[in-house]
Amino acid sequence: MAEIRVMRQDLLPPKEPPRRHLISIGDLERHDVERLLGTARSFERSLERELKKLPTLRGKTVVNVFYESSTRTSSSFELAAKRLSADTMSIKSTGSSVDKGESLKDTSLTLGAYDPDVIVIRHPQIGAPQLVAQYTGAHIVNAGDGKHQHPTQALLDLYTMQAELGRIEGLHVAIVGDVLHSRVARSNIQALALMGARVTLVGPPTLIPRGIGEAGCEVSHEIDAIKAADVVYVLRMQRERMAEGANYVPSLREYTARWGVTPERLRPGQKVMHPGPMNRGVEIDPVVADAADALIERQVRSGLVVRMAVLYDLLTHGPTGVQAGALHEIGAA
Amino acid sequence: MLFGKQGSDDLVIRGARVVDAAEGVDAALDVRVDGGMIAQLGTDLETNAHRIIEARGLVLAPAFVDPHVHLRTPGREDEETIASGTAAAAAGGYCAILAMPNTEPVVDSATVLRSLAETAQAEAEVPVGFLAAITRNQGGAELTEMAELSEAGAVGFTDDGRPVVAPGLMRRAFQYSAVTGRRLALHCEEPTLSKSGQMHEGAVSAELGFAGYPSVAESLMVERDLALAAYERQPVHLLHLSAHESVEALSRAQVAGVAATAEATPHHLCLTDEAVRSLDANVKMNPPLRAEDDRQALVAGLRDGTIAAIATDHAPHARHEKEVPFEAAPFGVTGLETAFSALYTHLVASGLLKLETLLERMSAGPARAYGLDAPRIVVGAPANLVLLDLQASHRVSESEFRSRSANSWLLGETVKGQVRLTVAAGRVAFEG
Repeated sequence: MAEIRVMRQDLLPPKEPPRRHLISIGDLERHDVERLLGTARSFERSLERELKKLPTLRGKTVVNVFYESSTRTSSSFELAAKRLSADTMSIKSTGSSVDKGESLKDTSLTLGAYDPDVIVIRHPQIGAPQLVAQYTGAHIVNAGDGKHQHPTQALLDLYTMQAELGRIEGLHVAIVGDVLHSRVARSNIQALALMGARVTLVGPPTLIPRGIGEAGCEVSHEIDAIKAADVVYVLRMQRERMAEGANYVPSLREYTARWGVTPERLRPGQKVMHPGPMNRGVEIDPVVADAADALIERQVRSGLVVRMAVLYDLLTHGPTGVQAGALHEIGAA
Repeated sequence: MLFGKQGSDDLVIRGARVVDAAEGVDAALDVRVDGGMIAQLGTDLETNAHRIIEARGLVLAPAFVDPHVHLRTPGREDEETIASGTAAAAAGGYCAILAMPNTEPVVDSATVLRSLAETAQAEAEVPVGFLAAITRNQGGAELTEMAELSEAGAVGFTDDGRPVVAPGLMRRAFQYSAVTGRRLALHCEEPTLSKSGQMHEGAVSAELGFAGYPSVAESLMVERDLALAAYERQPVHLLHLSAHESVEALSRAQVAGVAATAEATPHHLCLTDEAVRSLDANVKMNPPLRAEDDRQALVAGLRDGTIAAIATDHAPHARHEKEVPFEAAPFGVTGLETAFSALYTHLVASGLLKLETLLERMSAGPARAYGLDAPRIVVGAPANLVLLDLQASHRVSESEFRSRSANSWLLGETVKGQVRLTVAAGRVAFEG
């Protein structure tokens, strides 16, 4: 069970039932993931029955705080909360007091004063969700913190694989591209390992973090390594990493020529995934992106039901009757 | 070269186990201090109406010397002052500390240094020595007026907090500093390799997603600086070593005859990069906590004397500056008040290091590295004594700190070994 070291004793919250958060895939046990995916599946079925809105979280408040631009994650969390009849509020860093230099601690205390049930936070710095957890009484969902974690993305990816390939255990997934700067890759590596899948990381040596092999995955610098995989998971190539002088790769042209996922490099029937937003013609060939074997839109749809499941799970399973693995206790240190 | 309150206390410390390995002493003895000087060692000493301190069951050792402290004065007196920092030092068992010059303004002129010395003379609970910068404003471009600075009392020269990047300038600093007889103390970091690094590069940084600060960023600079010291035949002191490659390079240079000394910090000796999983800003420092094999190399280096000194690198930071996500937090942790307990708990109580070795590396080792008189327990020496209770254990909490800052990695941890009394320069500086 993950724990947070509280910096000072006087910051320890008063004794109260443990609050649960989803900050890292590392907080979850396999049965937690299975339960979440099962809940997502039942939400998907109920949405198919044209019952677009469930009363489950009526009266609950979900606050989305996004310190980084986001389309799919913020919209999907907002819609997920609305589909469950929760009240939602969205705060973006631009145009808020963050622009005026307010610290994350003070923003947390301010938001905490409204007693929100859940705070969904995206922040460019690793550890921001823990900090918010320390200063508010809300359940925290990490919607991406720096290069650290993006756990709901990994869960929706698992959900998509499960739905499309019928299993996760034993699948071989190749994750291609800029692993070094990718929180999506980190969450997926952990999640896939947890569920018994085999992971191969493929990309230039400069973009594969040193020591990642100890997380239990294989590493290859040859794009041909993707051929053996059931799923090819393409990471977004961030343009700023390609800027002149960054020297992660000599040029975008060389990257695409060597590691771009093209139809020729795939074998028939291989599924292709991408967390979005895509750079068509850079890390992924447009033909691949639009092919029938691409699950990219499916991932977006999965995102909605998986995030509904996460909100539901946090607000209805605790604090009694939860499996300990999903607990992320504050002040336990 | 040391500035602080002086005393002439009269004391008899009775029945402690007196440990001074350098003097070959390890016995239950009384120690009489007359007018701040050690006057007599023995059993059943006359007390001469002196104040008597019953110390049966406690250890009396030469007090500690911390060669690496950030007193934050001038400029950030909200974080530490000479008075608060030296009170913290006294509570940690120190009888002398050396302050680093990376203040605002930088200690790069005799004027700044003299004014600090004057303040210390009046306010410092334990004597303070000041290091001056190698380059003006620590800008890495022009040498400071080292001759005048050393006349004003600079103990040595350092740009600590940053490296002297240009090899040509580093060489000139070695050459010119020779006229002062004071040594250079070097922060070894190759900045293009450590750039934007948040923690040690390895499996933990790969998993957490932090930009890595690889060991080679330190060891490459260690190799360069040792090569320059060898070429110029100058002594050198290496600050806060963290990587096993650095210890190996140091050892090779020492065998080859380079007059190189080095220090290691309690946090690098006790913790590894695994601690960063907590994302607690109080385990963020430069150099970063490294891997277990690095930690073991530091402990081995300490044991065999390759690393002569333990230095806290006490780096106070304002509360609000550390109450931020790890990546946004400044580097540095406090250590003056916890160094002995931390090391006693993690290294001595666990059997990795002998008590005598720890005491030597916290006292005579650092003093000698800068050519200062080592505290000794012999008749005629000034009383620089620390009385330690090895049986006591306590939970470290913020309320006990005399430092103005509380960014300690030990908060909440239960540690063994407590300082009961510090006598610094003949004066009782702390009782607890």
